Amino acid sequence: MPLEKITRVVGRGVYVPGNDIDTDRIIPARFMKCVTFDGLGQYLFYDVRKNADGTDKAHPLNEARHAGATILLSGSNFGCGSSREHAPQALQKYGFRAVIAEGFAEIFFGNSATLGMPCVVASREDIARIASAIDADPSLEVSIDVAGQTVSFAGQTVKVEVRESARDALVNGRWDPIGELLEGASDAAKVANGLPYMSA
Amino acid sequence: MPKTLFQKVWDAHAVRRLANGQTQLLVGTHLIHEVTSPQAFGMMRDLGLKVAMPHRTFATVDHIVPTDQVSEPYADPLADAMIKELRRSCAEFGITFFDRSTGKQGIVHIVGPEQGITQPGTTIACGDSHTSTHGAFGAIAFGIGTTQIRDVLATQTMALGKLKVRRIEVNGKLRPGVYAKDVILHIICTLGVNGGTGYAYEYAGDVFERFSMEERMTVCNMSIEGGARAGYVNPDETTFAYLKGRPYSPKGAEWDAAVARWRAVASDPGCTYDDIVRIDASDIAPTVTWGINPGQGLPITGIIPDPQRATTDDERSSIVEALAYMKLKPGAPIKGTKIDVAFLGSCTNGRLSDFQEVARFIKGRKVAPGVKAIAVPGSQGVGLICAELGIDQVFRDAGFEWRSAGCSMCLAMNPDKLVGDQLCASSSNRNFKGRQGSPTGRTILMSPIMVAAAALTGSVADAREVFGVSQN
Repeated sequence: MPLEKITRVVGRGVYVPGNDIDTDRIIPARFMKCVTFDGLGQYLFYDVRKNADGTDKAHPLNEARHAGATILLSGSNFGCGSSREHAPQALQKYGFRAVIAEGFAEIFFGNSATLGMPCVVASREDIARIASAIDADPSLEVSIDVAGQTVSFAGQTVKVEVRESARDALVNGRWDPIGELLEGASDAAKVANGLPYMSA
Repeated sequence: MPKTLFQKVWDAHAVRRLANGQTQLLVGTHLIHEVTSPQAFGMMRDLGLKVAMPHRTFATVDHIVPTDQVSEPYADPLADAMIKELRRSCAEFGITFFDRSTGKQGIVHIVGPEQGITQPGTTIACGDSHTSTHGAFGAIAFGIGTTQIRDVLATQTMALGKLKVRRIEVNGKLRPGVYAKDVILHIICTLGVNGGTGYAYEYAGDVFERFSMEERMTVCNMSIEGGARAGYVNPDETTFAYLKGRPYSPKGAEWDAAVARWRAVASDPGCTYDDIVRIDASDIAPTVTWGINPGQGLPITGIIPDPQRATTDDERSSIVEALAYMKLKPGAPIKGTKIDVAFLGSCTNGRLSDFQEVARFIKGRKVAPGVKAIAVPGSQGVGLICAELGIDQVFRDAGFEWRSAGCSMCLAMNPDKLVGDQLCASSSNRNFKGRQGSPTGRTILMSPIMVAAAALTGSVADAREVFGVSQN
């Protein structure tokens, strides 16, 4: 099954400020008591979006003007902590197609790449510019050129970085590596045969 | 050319280069648990895939198990469904499952070493970020996501970019009352929660050479809290002595051959590192956190930071956010902060030596009135030895609840949770907002001995004072 070539993500953006936003905050552990990822979207950022009685707290994702946003912007070390893929899955199920941040934690970055969700690194200044443009006009179109490593908005274009391995995988439609890994099965078996601890 | 352990293990497991430049890396040992694997098995079924090497995957159940109920069905139907799902998948795909009925169940990062499955020179993957724990044996161990669990199940390999290696040397002698947990909290405070991004950490120096395997595991465990995906200690006699005679350790002539290989996998003298950090052991104090990430810590004698004194806007806003959540006052000593709950356990500090050390100090003393104190052995094996040694009774006599093995209140996916804005003195690894099961619950990370001191006094305390340990 050929995968989509993700060369560009175009949509409305929403800025969730903060550094070190961890995956427990993105999806609290109690919502991981599930055997499928379906339905995780509604619990995205749950404890910072909702009060104990289920009513809304002040949070960018609760603002009607940001409804339908598909590009999330945030600070540094986004997605740190737990390796739970439930975090990028919840973002995707909620409707996000890409994240722009100052930096990403390693495991979150890898999990997102494997789901075909670009994690794009931009400077703090550029994120602030994009965020302020979105604030002025939430319906603004933000366009991420994954291959060209730029983000365009409101007539401006800024340079961003998409790590080479992820960029290659996204733009060439090989972000899910399972096919390629299966092709390497006989090579893997050879390597395993040379390692005493792996014998049956 | 001299090589690091990381390089040697990587080279020995590299299958081939993938089109995007990543490496297809053989995963020698795959560990799974009930929370992050069911969707992977679902993907396997959807794609009609078989498990490539079922004898190299080992399963246990830890995150959702109630620690006060062993019989099934569990009171929580979702938790009950998850354990049954794992049982079904292991049976269907031919995977060894250390279920609760086997007496070998426990937190996956405690079970692997305990069974002798975790060995030097191997690659290990598990759908849990604390997989870095296994690096204590000189293994390269990665936390992975669920789709990658599918990859490992289906191919025994994963796609990965190579990491850089930072050597962290801790030289000299730790002061009395300073433990492995303080060492890693100090490292994280020094290098930052994202200081390790892109790196594997090689822990070395006098302190690590003297450390037991359990102490090494405590440090490697929290590599991820410093942003490093993996952390390891070069294998040595301490490592081999720990592994000798364990159920999955090599036996007879194979043992000698294995030890020879393990010796050879250690980093070579004169090898090159991408970075080297040196820390003086005597600079490390009993360390506690005051904020909402593990890098927000200070010595127990320290003062809660004041945002007014922050040097950058970032620092200021992070202090303000953390103090608002933690309900702590800037400029006040952290010592004396009242606690509600004391939690001793987790993959960081739920091993035999953790309970042994605490038992030595709490014997004959009592948990402060109003404090809920729970002690949760990291595995059934740890629980059994504690029972044989009478350690469980020491805890019970002191007023702790002694539970059965699991992750428990580290991430509170089981019934062990904070309530409201309770403050917990915790030997676990994360103080994130809401981490211990209440959206407003508060966590202060510390060593087991400091948890015990807090439990006995009802507030964050200096264990050296509470237990009369010389500070020199």
